[in-house]
Amino acid sequence: MTDAPVLTVSNLRKTFGDFVAVDGVSFEVRPGEIVGLVGPNGAGKTTTISMVLGVLRPSTGEVRINGVDLFKQRGKALCHTNFGTAYAPLPGNLTVEQNLRVFGLIYGVKKLQARIEQLLADYDLLHHRKTKAGLLSSGEQTRVTLAKAMLNHPKLLLLDEPTASIDPATARDIRTRIVAAAAADRCGVLWTSHNMYEVSEVCDRVLFLSRGKILMQGEPEALVREHGAATLEDLFIEVAHESLTDGSHAA
Amino acid sequence: MNPGRIFAVVVRQFYLLRGSPVRLLPMIAWVAIDMVLWGFLSRYLTELTGARFNFTAALLGAVLLWDFLTRVMQGVTTAFFEDVWSRNFLNLFATPLTVLEYLTGLVITGVLTSLLGLIAMLTLATTVFGLSFFVYGAALLPFVFVLFLSGITLGILGTAIVLRFGPASEWLIWPIPSVISPFVGVFYPLATLPLWMQAIGRALPPSYVFDAMRHILAGQGPDWGQLAMAAGLIVIYLVAAFLIFAGVYRYAMRTGLIARYSAETAG
Repeated sequence: MTDAPVLTVSNLRKTFGDFVAVDGVSFEVRPGEIVGLVGPNGAGKTTTISMVLGVLRPSTGEVRINGVDLFKQRGKALCHTNFGTAYAPLPGNLTVEQNLRVFGLIYGVKKLQARIEQLLADYDLLHHRKTKAGLLSSGEQTRVTLAKAMLNHPKLLLLDEPTASIDPATARDIRTRIVAAAAADRCGVLWTSHNMYEVSEVCDRVLFLSRGKILMQGEPEALVREHGAATLEDLFIEVAHESLTDGSHAA
Repeated sequence: MNPGRIFAVVVRQFYLLRGSPVRLLPMIAWVAIDMVLWGFLSRYLTELTGARFNFTAALLGAVLLWDFLTRVMQGVTTAFFEDVWSRNFLNLFATPLTVLEYLTGLVITGVLTSLLGLIAMLTLATTVFGLSFFVYGAALLPFVFVLFLSGITLGILGTAIVLRFGPASEWLIWPIPSVISPFVGVFYPLATLPLWMQAIGRALPPSYVFDAMRHILAGQGPDWGQLAMAAGLIVIYLVAAFLIFAGVYRYAMRTGLIARYSAETAG
């Protein structure tokens, strides 16, 4: 098993006219590693994730997924990824099973029906297989999104606030499932969240993004210790406040 | 191109139709209403003129052909709108699905759904109003194929417009066939039009199809030069429509429109 990065982001920069949304961001995600991408609103997280998803072209820089250049061999690179976000639910007018089949076909999943059955069981969706996805609760929809995200045994999983808008018990359940699935498949995960408790609990490493740049990175506990903060949330608030007031922060 | 991924785009639309048969209604109902309306008008005009002219073949046949083009176009655009309405762009375009595979899936869906409308139209026109397609002969078939390609071209162009200008621009797409119809002489020769409208009409492939239909009905046989002109034009337009869509897609990738539309409704 190789430890080569499943995601390599090099000098990624995105400008919209004069506005610099992402400014020279570089980082890696290794197999089995869960990396948190955090930062205040407007820091450039969604822009960064959009570029890694391949739905937004960077102005400059490179994204490699499992060693494949995303913007030169898009199809080959995206075969190795999948994603889940609370903000892009699957079509609500298809049933859970239909959604999984459609996306399974798009990802070219082998033995698709067996994989669907396994995921329906893994994510407690067997009773909902014939239910239209739009009729499910937020937590159930998140489980469907995650089942979709695991369809192709991705080497890189991109999660954009996967537990947003769901209750704490369901959120914990979902976190547990993601961590277990990532460990089982040695899947690298890039996880954005505003919930610092969640980030502390699941992430091996955290990248603090502000004004399009990575301000600091490291293990959550180490970062808290090094910066003399009580919790990751306190550190986040401090960094966000400083970056908003003076526009800079020493890593 | 990966056939499995194209199949996925088609299967998604099949599931939608199967899960909500109401979606089938507009594909059949509007064309049926057109057939009834123009069928009775043709019958009345035939009675009025003492059957000196075959209005059923000229008017009802023209409506049928025009509705066919409209259905093909709307089959493509409606399949695309389903992804707009369900804010599915991010889910689709963050996968290995290519833009060519996606478009091909939309076109296949458009072809299949328009066939339903065509069957309904043919059934009504032949059984209720006695329209016989033998009066046109097999020579009309290549012209009909030009109409079919015209529908696909307009469908691709419509999807490009919505992808570029956002979900709210959907209302611009529905009336496109109605806007074009006066210029292509569905019911009258191009010579009837003022010169500036004729010039536009000559640049539109369907004009040659309806002219050919009238030639055939007048017993003059098809004008193969017209067919060559129509075929040449539609190939150019089809390629242009695809290039426009591909260009808009690249623009959307550069500006983040795809991610934005996933968070935006047609408000």
